[in-house]
Amino acid sequence: MSRIRTFMAVSLLSPILLPGAAAAQEMIADTSARKQALTSWGVQFEELEYRYSDDDEELGVWNADFFYGTDDLKVRWLTKGEYAIEEQAYEGLENQLVGQIPISDFFDAKAGVRFDTPEGPDRTYAVLGVAGLAPQWFEIDANLYVSDEGDTSAELDAEYELLLTNYWILSATLDATVAFSEDREIGVGKGLVSTETGLRLSYDLVDRALSPYVGVVHERKYGDTADYAESEGGSTKDWFAVIGARIVF
Amino acid sequence: MKKRLLTGLLTLLMPALALAGEYDLTVDRVKIDTGDFVKEGIGYNGKSPGPVMRFKEGENVRINVTNNLDEMTSIHWHGLILPFEQDGVPGISFPGIKPGETFTYEFPIVQAGTYWFHSHSGFQEPDGAFGAIVIEPEGREPFRYDREYVVQLTDKHPHSGDRIMRNLKMMPDYYNRQQQTVGEFFSDASKNGLMNTIQDRMAWGDMRMMKADVEDVQGFTGMINGMGPEQNWTGLFEPGERIRLRFINSSAMTYFDVRIPGLGMTVVQADGNNVQPVNVDEFRIGVAETYDVIVRPRDAQAYTIFAESMGRSGYARATLAPEEGMAASVPPMRDAPRLTMADMSGMPGMDHGDMDHGDMTAQGDMDHSNMSDMDHSAMMEGGSDPFYAKGSGIAPAAANGGKFLSYADLKAQKPLYEEREPTREIELRLTGNMERYTWSINGVKYEDADPIRLKYGERVRFKFVNETMMTHPMHLHGMWSILDVGAGEWNPIKHTVSVQPGTTVYMETEVDAPGQWAFHCHLSYHAAAGMFRKVIVEGSPDTTQAKADVATEEGGDA
Repeated sequence: MSRIRTFMAVSLLSPILLPGAAAAQEMIADTSARKQALTSWGVQFEELEYRYSDDDEELGVWNADFFYGTDDLKVRWLTKGEYAIEEQAYEGLENQLVGQIPISDFFDAKAGVRFDTPEGPDRTYAVLGVAGLAPQWFEIDANLYVSDEGDTSAELDAEYELLLTNYWILSATLDATVAFSEDREIGVGKGLVSTETGLRLSYDLVDRALSPYVGVVHERKYGDTADYAESEGGSTKDWFAVIGARIVF
Repeated sequence: MKKRLLTGLLTLLMPALALAGEYDLTVDRVKIDTGDFVKEGIGYNGKSPGPVMRFKEGENVRINVTNNLDEMTSIHWHGLILPFEQDGVPGISFPGIKPGETFTYEFPIVQAGTYWFHSHSGFQEPDGAFGAIVIEPEGREPFRYDREYVVQLTDKHPHSGDRIMRNLKMMPDYYNRQQQTVGEFFSDASKNGLMNTIQDRMAWGDMRMMKADVEDVQGFTGMINGMGPEQNWTGLFEPGERIRLRFINSSAMTYFDVRIPGLGMTVVQADGNNVQPVNVDEFRIGVAETYDVIVRPRDAQAYTIFAESMGRSGYARATLAPEEGMAASVPPMRDAPRLTMADMSGMPGMDHGDMDHGDMTAQGDMDHSNMSDMDHSAMMEGGSDPFYAKGSGIAPAAANGGKFLSYADLKAQKPLYEEREPTREIELRLTGNMERYTWSINGVKYEDADPIRLKYGERVRFKFVNETMMTHPMHLHGMWSILDVGAGEWNPIKHTVSVQPGTTVYMETEVDAPGQWAFHCHLSYHAAAGMFRKVIVEGSPDTTQAKADVATEEGGDA
């Protein structure tokens, strides 16, 4: 009996209830682009320059990265190289492919692989690092590397930009490498390996897309690394005059 | 007999027939010439801005929109109260208009005033897809004027919207050319002392925030009715006439401070709704807002309409003159403002103990204690604007030292709704991370957010807490936003409410429109980066049950 009553009630009510139910179903689920994670990409040549050393050495040097991804996950390809123009040889050639995720308001963590393929022995590394903006506007990029030979090393990159005007920018960079074990084959000794310090004065010529600069760079090798370099007839302290451009697009 | 019946039926139908307007709009690729640069953009009927659409209150309109682009488009009728399927937001109101397709919007016009329309697809609106709407009221206006002009402002940028978004994502200060320099350090040091200046720089550097972050996107040319400052749009008048100027800010990102040197302005309408007249010398128009003002030039001379951007990085200019070709002097832009610690006071963790501001207090004139709770009754004392954080660096002041319009001055001419207690409060914290160029509400971007659910028949009080360093023009589609200026039933009725950094602002909404609606910051790149929500209004006039449930419902998960 009660079942019949319920049935009756439902069938009587359904004409009233159904339009409401239909209206609710008609509500569109938002599948527009706006509801998708915003993907973005960019290319940045932090350095693309010609270096001339106090030993008359000429180098073509670049330091660039390409990224693609969302706020939550980016894929980044970093490439660095030093090409000795006279010898027609890569003194350094380094490529990294890393995935990058945010870990705080201002910092990302990254992990991936690095391939070093300069003249001489190649190396492959696993990379673990953080990159971001430290208080007082220092841009920091710190990485730990473990090579396929089992050697570990760390690298710290820091950059500070001083705005002389809103178009003339003086940027100071420091790049330091420390090895926790020696890798004789590629000329790396234990301890502080090398530093590269740079000072560049740039001018934003086309938006921030093209900013030519001039500057000076000081490269230095330390400890055993310096000894290895010397024994092979290389220099341990070099000053370079540089001219180049920062390119962003 | 039969004939008489038919005639009678026709007579009955006549009013409806007479009040039906049919309009055609095409969406086209157009060339935009600002006088500084020429670029490809998007417009309506072959032009950007598109035509001024003139409707009459009480009519039914049919608008046929033909998409001549090779991508999807849409038109949103900004500020218009209409069925949600006609609101024109892809993914929320309807699927969008495909290339080559003609979509017919059809809705009754139930309001009067100044509004505008724009694309809600991608960055078509910053690229030029917008136009003005003027709606004649059914009855008489509560003010007199002899002629009227639409004054539609925009910030035309040489870059496309997509490119601007990408550049901001890559480098959030890409377009900011008003950052603090070494030169400013020395001038500050000589003004405020070396130690104070160092401490100031350190405090901001510690937060990784910039005092210069007033405008995200600089490098635009300000335009009025599609003409740059050099092209000088001109509106003609006869001396002694009352001129109604319908200001619309159709910018992607730019707030404008508007004045007409030599002329006082009487504000009579805000966001399409009549307000009790206020005489002002200058007003700030937020992105997507409209203000109608009446001016009465008595002399046969030219007057400059001068609209400089809030960050003073650009301006729009036009002229009122008795004859074509006349021009008045264009004033120089004032100095770019700098944010203060007061503008940061809305940030969590910024206030009190856990940061050592040391001597900053002396400079910023901080008063964190009563920041989040504005005392509306004590408004406008000492000329400070209660809608700005006390000691804010961007609080406006009139160039001539006169009266600058505040939200607190806006009182409705006629209350639209009976005053009643809100049934609940929903807190919406406006959040973001400038370094990553992410913008969100309650820390959640649109892509990750659930809709805000409202019940038909309730009255909701929205509490906006601005935890960012930027001003956000919050726009709720489909329903009115009753801005709380402390005037009770005379609170002004708006469609876009600006929330300044370091402040808390309340607005109430009578939930009287079923369906689903968009609710977002009207800065194009903030909305695209996540400061956006879908609002679902559940229930309808037929369901009475909804009203009973309302009071128990908790305040929204958005």
